[in-house]
Amino acid sequence: MLNIKVVGTGCPSCNKLESLCKEVTIEQKLEAEIEKITNLNDFAEMGIFRTPGLIVNDSVLSQGKIPTKFTLENWLKERV
Amino acid sequence: MNWKEQYKSFLWILIFFLFAYYMPIEDESFSAAIIAAFDLAKWYAQEHVLLCLIPAFFIAGVIAVFVSQNAVIKYLGAKAKKWVAYLVASVSGTILAICSCTVLPLFAGIHKRGAGLGPAIAFLYSGPAINILAIILTARILGFELGLARVIGAVLFSLVIGLIMSFIYRKEEKERAATQLALPEPEESRPIWQTAFHFFVLVAILVFANWGKPDSTDGFWYLMHEYKWFLVGVFGFLFSISLIFILKLSKLYVGLGIVIVFIASLIWGSQPLIPFSTAVVILTIILTFSKGEANEWLGETWGFTKQIMPLLGAGVLVAGFLLGSADNGNGIIPNQWIANLVGGNSLFSNFFASIAGAFMYFATLTEIPILQGLLNSGMGKGPALALLLAGPALSLPNMLVIRSVIGTQKTFVYVSLVIIMSTITGLIYGSLF
Repeated sequence: MLNIKVVGTGCPSCNKLESLCKEVTIEQKLEAEIEKITNLNDFAEMGIFRTPGLIVNDSVLSQGKIPTKFTLENWLKERV
Repeated sequence: MNWKEQYKSFLWILIFFLFAYYMPIEDESFSAAIIAAFDLAKWYAQEHVLLCLIPAFFIAGVIAVFVSQNAVIKYLGAKAKKWVAYLVASVSGTILAICSCTVLPLFAGIHKRGAGLGPAIAFLYSGPAINILAIILTARILGFELGLARVIGAVLFSLVIGLIMSFIYRKEEKERAATQLALPEPEESRPIWQTAFHFFVLVAILVFANWGKPDSTDGFWYLMHEYKWFLVGVFGFLFSISLIFILKLSKLYVGLGIVIVFIASLIWGSQPLIPFSTAVVILTIILTFSKGEANEWLGETWGFTKQIMPLLGAGVLVAGFLLGSADNGNGIIPNQWIANLVGGNSLFSNFFASIAGAFMYFATLTEIPILQGLLNSGMGKGPALALLLAGPALSLPNMLVIRSVIGTQKTFVYVSLVIIMSTITGLIYGSLF
């Protein structure tokens, strides 16, 4: 089971990243729970300095940008 | 069907229908405003997109990919020297921030676990005001003086406001637990001179391609203007060398590109836009088929383009509609109103510009067409700078987020400081220019 955390205050790109994660997990039939972290005060402790941030199974995969769908698919498949 | 999800699209259709139904198309001032909107859009498209915006996106892409941002964040940690933290915070917006939403998490991090309130505030303020795209566009569209005043003003403001804030709250700062932030490790990168070379060659191309025609027909500036396309060509060649030796792109493809651009410039020498656009297209094609960093560079550049162009386009249309274009007619808002509120250089004009700017939300870079419209409608230069200094750094939504990090009282002090200092700086600038 994948644990995906989308870190962001609710800016448009954070919502986009969240829906991209949903899309990929459904399309690839991956079992995953997608959490949204919106409290700004927690970001630094998770190692996120620029939003949107993406954390999968506790490792920070990207921040400050939205990965392409292709990259995201590979990242998620690798970690199943 | 889940009707709750549908109401948004319905509302948009309804709004557009009502607008079309009641559109006062016969009304002269309305149709003049529509024409002004498209007139302004045309002017932007002709004057600013090819030579200024596109190189600027590529430059922003270079910064995003080749400059190690984690190396900068290192200087903002709890153990960093205070004065270093202040200095880095006040200028690092150039490479860390493109829109204010990316600034806020870093601000919270620096405040809670990093160098403290002062540097955090300095970063919060300067970040959105001095990002590289904002500097280039302000200087190009609103004039070099205003661009320079914006950069200097933003850096000085961030230092002064940061220092004042940390002085006011010095007692609290001492009690703050000095836990060190888990800082990201700076990744290995190419030697700094290589990145710098690539970056400055691109900046030189941007600067010379946009070299304005001076009023006089002799002297250094005129000479530079006469030979500007020659200089662009020289730097274009240096850029190709950088592509081969620093980015390690295929010699064959880049060489072919040089030949094609050279031939194009021989055929269309009197229309330099044609070889210039050809070069951009060839660069894009080569990068599309490259691997690694070069490909990422194109990705980041395209990311900025996708994010900013629609906003800027909409901003230009709205600004043209409301405020009119440079030489063709008025917008829907009478010029007299603008002149009354923010004309001249009175204390009221400057204060009004600062406070309006502080609460209004400007999407990335849209402050520029809006300000240009205001200037055309009779806004004074002092209030224009006041708006530029108070505007992008603050907005009502962003105040609410700041409040959740540092509390109501500090947010109030911060906002007041920004408004007061913008007003004063506007007054000084307005009396000088």
